[in-house]
Amino acid sequence: MELYRLTAHELRDLIDKKKAAPKEVIQDLFKRIEQTDKKVKALCLFDKKDVLAQCEQLEKAQAKKGRLFGIPVVIKDNICVQGQDTTCSSRILKGFQPPYDATCIQRLKQEGAIILAKANMDEFAFGSSCETSCYGPTHNPWDLKRIPGGSSGGSAAAVAADQTTLALGSDTGGSIRQPAGLCGVVGLKPTYGRVSRYGLIAFASSLDQIGPLTKDVQDAALLMNVISGADPNDSTCVDTPVPDYTQSLLNDVHGLKLGVPKEYFAAGLDTEVKNGVEQALKLFEKLGARVQEISLPHTEYAVADYYIVATAEASSNLARFDGVQYGYRSCGFNDLLQMYRKTRGSGFGEEAKRRIILGTYALSSGYYDAYYLRALKVRRLIKQDFDRAFQKCDAIITPTSPTVAFKIGERIDDPLAMYLSDIYTISVNLAGLPAISIPCGFNRENLPIGLQIIAPPFAEEMLFRLAYSFEQHTQWHKQRPKL
Amino acid sequence: MDIEYVAKLARIELSEKEKAKFSRQLKDILAYIEQLKQLNTDSVEPISHVLPLKNVFRQDTLKPSLTTEQALNNAPAKSEDSFSVPRIIE
Repeated sequence: MELYRLTAHELRDLIDKKKAAPKEVIQDLFKRIEQTDKKVKALCLFDKKDVLAQCEQLEKAQAKKGRLFGIPVVIKDNICVQGQDTTCSSRILKGFQPPYDATCIQRLKQEGAIILAKANMDEFAFGSSCETSCYGPTHNPWDLKRIPGGSSGGSAAAVAADQTTLALGSDTGGSIRQPAGLCGVVGLKPTYGRVSRYGLIAFASSLDQIGPLTKDVQDAALLMNVISGADPNDSTCVDTPVPDYTQSLLNDVHGLKLGVPKEYFAAGLDTEVKNGVEQALKLFEKLGARVQEISLPHTEYAVADYYIVATAEASSNLARFDGVQYGYRSCGFNDLLQMYRKTRGSGFGEEAKRRIILGTYALSSGYYDAYYLRALKVRRLIKQDFDRAFQKCDAIITPTSPTVAFKIGERIDDPLAMYLSDIYTISVNLAGLPAISIPCGFNRENLPIGLQIIAPPFAEEMLFRLAYSFEQHTQWHKQRPKL
Repeated sequence: MDIEYVAKLARIELSEKEKAKFSRQLKDILAYIEQLKQLNTDSVEPISHVLPLKNVFRQDTLKPSLTTEQALNNAPAKSEDSFSVPRIIE
């Protein structure tokens, strides 16, 4: 049996019935990784010995079987795993080994999950293509000449290539949903405050959320059950009760009202992507949902707004990388200021420097009101658009991205074109909402198309219900790339 | 944007080539961002967070923390029990 292809819920059943042991699963995945990762390059740290040691410990502790007992998870390289290199795929964090586990990692370990590898990403999550990593680009398993999306491109590609059962990513402006869409897997960005950010190396603290990338919707629910919930180490992680998300995997959308924002179907949307989403809407209607056009009038301002809010927060968060406490320090300096400047000048990649400079500018004396303060006001307008829309509908349906995966190198020297690839995902972060991307078809070149479902705050259950129903009537999530 | 000045504020050393490239790219990005000025935001309250955040308090009790050794473990340069940096006071 090809254990590496299975979902977490399928593996869990096999392990429960003693038809497979965690070690067999791991060995199967090792083989798969060796066969495919030379081409895909999804993983930036993969330590077989450590994985086997985790496996042995698990087998010894059989008595206490957690909810993810023996299930392998790949972790995005910006989530702290104690004693394992955690570098945000940046030279400036080279060799950094966190002295503690992120809260989500603690919870995975408590439930018996196996930390399989670290996944490649855009440096500090700054990017939509996984090309800005200091380790080099990850390739889309569906077409190795194309990008997997980003910034959680390694996590999405690893799931799509069956190198892992589950993966964690982080999403600041679409960094889980966009790569999930472009790689044909499921990716969920939780409500802001649903999942603890403790141990997630911060990009933009008011936007960042950790979330699952999986092979199907049921697995996303399983993983959300484990990582959600209040945490004394993150005061922005709220104590709203965590429901059992597997209970909302209902094959029933009858009577649900789905809003389709007209602004998302304007210029720039690829025809085949549009067709894919329209087919999905037809299916929802056939299943008894009611589809209606809605308006999110400030949509056109979202990308501009985001690139002020996110870079301002990033410039402040990334001030800590100065060559003093961890990571890389340059040589050839005479004083402290020069040490900072040289370390940061040679430790950060281009996109990181560009964003820090933009954010510093937006916060600098004389420009704060014109840029940052204005952006915070527009952020409210964007949020109000959604508040009004959700008075009329239960969920909003959009494409995840305006196009399918583009070619490696195509947008790397045109930052603005790169930023616009997140045009449908960015508003969700500004408004703090939960959203999921699920596969809804392929274009003529056999590249995946992603469908985004957006729900009101803390209504992840609505996402699961709609996404699960869709999955029950389609086969897109079962397609796998030939590698 | 005075790229040299902003890079100095950000404590980032840029090469001449980077200065030229970033100036050009940031000019385009800022021109795009200008569209925010089309909106009248005079009566809009800014939001920095989407949740109604409140202070979270806890008991001020002693808990185990990192040892000095653990805290210094990742330091690029250390000296005895401290992070080591170039001399800042003559």
